[in-house]
Amino acid sequence: MRIYVCVKQVPDTSGVVAVNEDGTLNRASMQTIINPDDLIAMEQALMIKDATDCQVTAITMGPPPAEGMLRELLAMGADDAILVSAREFGGSDTFATSQILGAAIDYTGLGEDDMIFCGRQAIDGDTAQVGPQIAEKLRLPQISYADEIVKEGNEVTVKRILEDGYMMIKQQTPCLVTCMAGQDKKARMMSLSGINAAYKKPYTVLDFEALKEHPFIELDKIGLKGSPTNIFVSFTPPLKGIGQMLEGADKKTTDTLANILLEKHVI
Amino acid sequence: MAFNSSDIGAFENIWVFCEQRNGVMMNTSYELVSEARKLADERGSKLVGLLLGHNVEGLAKDLGGYGADEVIVIDDPALEIYTTDAYTKAICDCAMDLKPEVILLGASNIGRDLGPRCAARLTTGLTADCTHLDIDMNVYTDFLKKASTLPEARYEKFPMDDVNLKMTRPAFGGHLMATIICPRFRPCMSTVRPGVMKKAPFDQAKADACVITPYAVSITEADLKTTVLDVVKATKKIVDLIGADVIVSVGRGISKDIEGGIKLAEELTEAFGGGVVGGSRVTVDSGWLSPDHQVGQTGKTVHPKVYVALGISGSIQHKAGMQDSELIIAVNKDPDAPIFEIADIGICGDLFKVAPLMIQSLNEARASK
Repeated sequence: MRIYVCVKQVPDTSGVVAVNEDGTLNRASMQTIINPDDLIAMEQALMIKDATDCQVTAITMGPPPAEGMLRELLAMGADDAILVSAREFGGSDTFATSQILGAAIDYTGLGEDDMIFCGRQAIDGDTAQVGPQIAEKLRLPQISYADEIVKEGNEVTVKRILEDGYMMIKQQTPCLVTCMAGQDKKARMMSLSGINAAYKKPYTVLDFEALKEHPFIELDKIGLKGSPTNIFVSFTPPLKGIGQMLEGADKKTTDTLANILLEKHVI
Repeated sequence: MAFNSSDIGAFENIWVFCEQRNGVMMNTSYELVSEARKLADERGSKLVGLLLGHNVEGLAKDLGGYGADEVIVIDDPALEIYTTDAYTKAICDCAMDLKPEVILLGASNIGRDLGPRCAARLTTGLTADCTHLDIDMNVYTDFLKKASTLPEARYEKFPMDDVNLKMTRPAFGGHLMATIICPRFRPCMSTVRPGVMKKAPFDQAKADACVITPYAVSITEADLKTTVLDVVKATKKIVDLIGADVIVSVGRGISKDIEGGIKLAEELTEAFGGGVVGGSRVTVDSGWLSPDHQVGQTGKTVHPKVYVALGISGSIQHKAGMQDSELIIAVNKDPDAPIFEIADIGICGDLFKVAPLMIQSLNEARASK
């Protein structure tokens, strides 16, 4: 039994955000992190590994420096890692990305007992689309917004979060599950022995050569040119004018605030 | 004839997937139909609601009252409770047969589960969580003139005859906006953020005139790979950030006394006459608040009458979710906190000192009215 965990290296938009003169994000100067939902997906997979001793494979698509992230995940406890990386894959939208990751997983092999875990969404794009699209490509059933995952034999039971409650869903493997960060969820730290082992564990790079024969890899449907969606215009919204700063932080200040709110009929 | 998503001339009409749960229409469906009415008028095409479920035909006419010309009803016992498999099959079979030019879905947990699955099956693009939609280039250009800082010269280069659905959404946590098109494939698909589009006034005459078209699909055991064991409604009070008039949100600034900070926020909502407590991403990621409280790009987009930010620095990802609030009040110790850039009223100080005083002042002011 094997669990593939799809991960993405993202710029840390919660920290200092650097912007180029043309308004695009200066990724080079920003910290990169493992996407928070993906880190929880890895933790959920490792928890199943703790119980069943299954194989956990970290897989990402990205430029070569993403290796650093994969080594961290190996140090956390993943058994092996796959980097999918090629110039032809760059600029892919979610549809194209799912074709490529789907091809990479299919190429590596997906057994009857296997699962794919993804993060619900990545903080740079917030689309939540790649997981379900990989599932469709591989004709696998999917459960998104998973909170708790219990696996027994070839059956997995998942608590799927809705806005107004939750569903309990039972599912045969192979299947795809998307996991979300949140309350009470913490990923384990890298261990010292894990760090030592991280560079000895199997590490595979799948480039265009390796995957080009796969039926999902159609040049007119991958990469920047082949992606179904394109950016038509990107723009920055105008800055809202600076408001009023009230002097001081005492009762007089809050009284002034209350008066403004009265005048504006807010209270 | 086989379905071919790149034969874009074969597609017509605008569809809205109208999500119902337990026989109750989701409010987002009405918002979406209202917005899509404008798109259908711009395109000169028909607006069709797509309603899936079991014994739900009674919900269809109301969609007409918000602008749908026609509602396709797919009624099947297998569609009573949402499953990805059954809903994807029903929508895709119907779409492959009738070839809509556009399909919109609400970006609910269900819409965002279903949308990508359908788009992948139909071999077309999907744009997630859109906040603005246009078809007509003149309308789109007018929107950009208000909503962007693009120089005039850019507009001169626009292809004014473009009829692709132009799907605008925040990118990189709201710092940038991007308009996405899907020029080579149909249908153009988009999930739309709940609470962003405005619901039109209900028109009974239009509801009466709305055409109901039953549509049958075949969903067999073999199509269904998941079993829903149970659907549980949350017993605790639902955090209705989107519908709230007043939101008091807390951020990293409450870290020295988490419970005390959340309690202050609750008391402050009461001083405003009732409201909802929200939180920035760190409050949810740290487990201080449950995810349904989260305001921001990853959480909910809100535009209440009053938004109070207590100890929130104002990351782009947070601002993306609240900057359209009517009145923003920010309290932060750091005078350089980015939240002050968008606040209407700012107070520089410790929230644990300022918030209790605010509660006092508001209560006194309300009593003196």
